[in-house]
Amino acid sequence: MSAPVPAGADAPTRTLVVHCPDWPVTAAGVSGDEPAIVVRANRVLAASPAARAAGITTGLRRRESQRRCPHVTVLEHDPGRDARAFEPVAAALDAITPRVEVTRPGTLAFATRGPSRYFGGDDALAERTAWMAGGAAGAGVAVHVGVADGAFAALLAAQRAERREEQAVVVPPLASPAFLAPHPVDALGEVLEAPDLVDVLRRLGLRTLAAFADLAPADVLARFGHPGAVAHRLASGLDPRPLDARRPAPDLAATRELDPPADRVELAAFVAKVLADELHARLAADGLACTHVLVQAETGHGEVLARHWRHEGALTAGALADRVRWQLDGWLSGSSTARPTAGISRLTLVPVEVVAARGRQLGFWGGETLVDERVLRAVARVQGTLGLEAVTVPELRGGRGPGERVARVPVAAVDLTAPRPAARPGAITAPWPGRVPAPAPAAVAPDPEPVRVLDAGGRPVGLTGRAEVTAAPASLARAGHAPVALTAWAGPWPVDERWWDPSAHRRRARFQVTTTEGIAHLLTLESGHWSIEATYD
Amino acid sequence: MFDTGSVPVPAPDLAALRLLGDRVRPLAGAGERTLPVPEALAALLPQGGLVRGTTTATTGVAATSLALALAGPVTAAGSWVAVVGLPRLGLLAASELGVDLERVLLVAEPEPDGWAATVAALLDAVEVVLVRPPRAVTPTVQRRLQARARDRGSVVLQVGGHLGAWAQAPDLVVAAAASAWVGLEPGHGRLQARRVLVEVTGRRGADRPRQGELWLPGPDGAIATVAPSAAPAARPAAAAPPAEIALRDAG
Repeated sequence: MSAPVPAGADAPTRTLVVHCPDWPVTAAGVSGDEPAIVVRANRVLAASPAARAAGITTGLRRRESQRRCPHVTVLEHDPGRDARAFEPVAAALDAITPRVEVTRPGTLAFATRGPSRYFGGDDALAERTAWMAGGAAGAGVAVHVGVADGAFAALLAAQRAERREEQAVVVPPLASPAFLAPHPVDALGEVLEAPDLVDVLRRLGLRTLAAFADLAPADVLARFGHPGAVAHRLASGLDPRPLDARRPAPDLAATRELDPPADRVELAAFVAKVLADELHARLAADGLACTHVLVQAETGHGEVLARHWRHEGALTAGALADRVRWQLDGWLSGSSTARPTAGISRLTLVPVEVVAARGRQLGFWGGETLVDERVLRAVARVQGTLGLEAVTVPELRGGRGPGERVARVPVAAVDLTAPRPAARPGAITAPWPGRVPAPAPAAVAPDPEPVRVLDAGGRPVGLTGRAEVTAAPASLARAGHAPVALTAWAGPWPVDERWWDPSAHRRRARFQVTTTEGIAHLLTLESGHWSIEATYD
Repeated sequence: MFDTGSVPVPAPDLAALRLLGDRVRPLAGAGERTLPVPEALAALLPQGGLVRGTTTATTGVAATSLALALAGPVTAAGSWVAVVGLPRLGLLAASELGVDLERVLLVAEPEPDGWAATVAALLDAVEVVLVRPPRAVTPTVQRRLQARARDRGSVVLQVGGHLGAWAQAPDLVVAAAASAWVGLEPGHGRLQARRVLVEVTGRRGADRPRQGELWLPGPDGAIATVAPSAAPAARPAAAAPPAEIALRDAG
């Protein structure tokens, strides 16, 4: 990794990758024979073996997976939980090598050169690693190991091991380009956050990595820019990092004392955010971006905790802060044996490897802007004081009532800098017969307020078995208020929902009414009880 | 807004000055002095928009819709809007009134003690913060929030509730004095459009209340000024033609 590298030596470092498939499900504490999925932005991110057996695949919509497997447990994605659960696995492998690098929760990598010689070859090392990681991850958790030249090939090797239901796949030295060749280009999506690139390649007819690798590097750079060039090097079995990757000077490390020491994640996370911003700004001032960072924490009792995090692209300030927060969460919320005995008193971020920042291409329609960075910081601050779940963003859902058609999704589960089509007006294309027509009410009661609806003679209005009102509604009486006369009303609009599920079955009728005060309400009549579901405020 | 007709300065000099002004102005103040609002409402506001660094409150029978309508164009321009508390806020209505839900942050109601700190943190980052103070805001807290909003060029927008919650009255009050729904009849029809009599009062430059009648929303789902020739708000007989309803669903 150190510069300068002589020509012909940009073959990647021989790497071992430990890969736990569907880690988010494992981290959520789901046992193997239970169907469960973890969703992010309404799409399946990970599924348990039982759910996969029922036909659920990654990327499927939440509703479609519930159709394929009605009793599936749906869990929201929580990156903090994933990282927390993965920390024991990473800690267990510290016994093999001190340079364990977590790529993301569920996947870690280390260079095999030293450990492989010590344990007597790649095969012996792979076997031992799988055994140790499996022991740390717990019984019934699938752990697969791949060894190849470069982290990308090693990850694909680990995934091949998963498909063959073997423990480990070892690709012989110098055989990685041939190993990579038949893989579909979609594999690039595993390590690069470039779904558009993969999509374009596929539509250009470049279906395998070999086809993509056959292109001239200069042409790829001209057409796809820097991200394309990195993808091309990966596909060719070369080191993805351009030759100018280098170790930075030690004074670039950002460090901060915590006084009083932080023993809760929320306290430390705020410092982590500040520190990440500081490091990012300092590197950016030198025209650099970080691809590999060492998170180091010192406790009040002098214990030193350290963990490497690596990213194939450059880490943004937000991504850096996320990783530091996950790591702190892993340390501070871990099992009692692994947890530090005192609060964290000093936090240091060391950029282990940097590349020249080539800038991020701004989206054509705005996309990532300075304002977004400010918003992310404010979100982190509010989460720090009110808790992670306190900040949500709206997403449209299918449904009939005005409250059912919008969900509040924790901001931790979505990427605010990316476009979120689920929040756009056209997101729901499926028809929902019987839904309340537009315009929607501006005030929707979380707990509908019980009211009485009376006819002209002051008698309660009900519904006949044929869904007809017993008398024309004439006034609306709210608890503690005098009855208000109604000027107009329409309904009933009967809705019989989830009749197949006895616990969720709801049969109700909706009415729209306007009062003499000029206010319109959406009323619900359910089992003879009226309530104000929403107000057209 | 940049009508320079009466200023006796040659145009090239003014352009150069503006360029210089943009360069020296702090980043937070970049852009316009006001935030955009729907055209129909702009005619009623003294400055033609929400002045950055000020507090605005909406009241009356359509307070929530008015606040959402005011916040809509800000999100359409790519800026963020945050909502503190307000668990009853109808987000579907927000979407229909022009708010881009991709640019909305919802923050759970903080403890009354932490309310000011949360609002201040959000004023730092977003253009408009929708609030309803859980209890009276002390003069000290209000001054702090005002200073933060002025510094960052953001706007506090109170959605309904009591105006007396603030130690000092909001800069601008947009009140729905009366409203009438169109389309619902005794026993049939459905709510289709609403005419709202909007009254704008304020402390600065708006001492004379301004009034106007708006469609909120109109038969086509858009926010528009009610044409003066139209019959008074009581109950216009004509319902919207179906073609216009289809347009609204598409938009």
